[in-house]
Amino acid sequence: MKRADGRKADELRPVTIKVGVIPNANGSAMVAMGKTIAVAAVYGPRYLHPRFKQKYEKALLNTVYMMVPFSTNERVRPGPSRRSHEICKVTREALEGVVCLEEYPKAVVDVYINIIQANAGTRTAGINAASVALADAGISMKDLVASAAAGKIGDEYVLDLAGKEEEETDCDVPVAYVPGQDKISLLQMDGKLPPEDVEKVIRTAIEGCKQMYEKQKAALRERWVQKG
Amino acid sequence: MLIRNQYITALANKGQREDGRKLDEFRQTRIEANPIANAEGSARVWIGKTDVIVGVKLGVGEPYSDKPDEGVLVSNAELSPMAHPDFEPGPPGEKAIELARVVDRGIRESHAIDIRKLCIKEREKVWMVNVDTQVMNHDGNLIDASSLAAIVALRNAKMLHYDEKTEKVDIEKRTGPLPLLDIPVAVTIYKIGGRLVLDPTYNEEEAATARLTVSTTGDGQIAALQKGGTEPLSLDEIRECFRLSVEKGREIRKLI
Repeated sequence: MKRADGRKADELRPVTIKVGVIPNANGSAMVAMGKTIAVAAVYGPRYLHPRFKQKYEKALLNTVYMMVPFSTNERVRPGPSRRSHEICKVTREALEGVVCLEEYPKAVVDVYINIIQANAGTRTAGINAASVALADAGISMKDLVASAAAGKIGDEYVLDLAGKEEEETDCDVPVAYVPGQDKISLLQMDGKLPPEDVEKVIRTAIEGCKQMYEKQKAALRERWVQKG
Repeated sequence: MLIRNQYITALANKGQREDGRKLDEFRQTRIEANPIANAEGSARVWIGKTDVIVGVKLGVGEPYSDKPDEGVLVSNAELSPMAHPDFEPGPPGEKAIELARVVDRGIRESHAIDIRKLCIKEREKVWMVNVDTQVMNHDGNLIDASSLAAIVALRNAKMLHYDEKTEKVDIEKRTGPLPLLDIPVAVTIYKIGGRLVLDPTYNEEEAATARLTVSTTGDGQIAALQKGGTEPLSLDEIRECFRLSVEKGREIRKLI
């Protein structure tokens, strides 16, 4: 099958990851998946105001996902939307399982995700960036979280939908994956498909997550491991 | 609090529950059709002590520019402070927004509403279908209860008459039923300890570490997924969730 951008069905868009892109942050990363660009910055663990929000047994993970106004063809109205509220929640839940929050009682770890350019798959790019940024900040983690979406166009299972493919697919299934545990920490689906096919779509996405995981590790190595 | 979670988790691991149900057993589920006379369609659903009302109101508005001949589905959910001590007044928070969007996704992605028939004049006027969920009492499993109430409300909804000359909706004149093509049912599977549990109470939800909502259509397809909670799930667990949802969905559909 020939895709609009010439990719194979099981191929991710070209991925670029840069670590340490926001000097003020404790950790940060930029992840580009094709034309989609997500930047994540981590602040903390730091003191949590107001105090009644503090948890005595662990830190609070706060994730803020936002699309900047110029990121899409039609201007995005600034401020939170219902969509962004939901993405903040699923992003937080996708990451929370791997971050050792119990090591930082009463604190907060703030993760700010800005989508500066959008072309499908912004939540997956955001999670990929956030996961690398958390590691860059030196926060205790059990693993990285890697994320990719998949769909089904015709009879073909297609990884990392881009551009018009989002309209052609029978379903859009973003997945976040914890490779070390072989488990799924984010799973959503729009579309209609028999259960067996849904499973194949999920498997396709997982293969993409595994590729992404390698790129995340390579980017962190490049930033932190001395060469030679 | 933590002790109760431990107790519920220990019970679940033994295949037991606080109220003696089986892990995959729903509480008594009761549906009342059209309790609200002023809504175009409505339904009240009780699952155990959980109580939600969904009302469908119709209005006329402009279609989206990329879908000029389709009606518009608008979903909202209100976690009223009346329904639980933890709920606070104010605009919908994350939890309410997710609830509304998951209910919406099940209806939208299953193409339950024949949305093309809701076009009045292409590019200019279409019917707006407002699906509003009001939680009256929260004792767990709000997603399943609200989704069920929503589809029953839509099934009972009557179209209104739109007068093209006066450009007004005649609220008094109710015409045929809202055009429906499918009955999607959402079933949410919770993970407590090492087990998968259906229809949790509020206390059981507190002890759960993950959940997966699976909406199924009448022909056994999956129409929407939403994972929640912080614990990752294995593909085997997800497959089991699909099976549970298709099976329970069939039972629930019989109640409608």
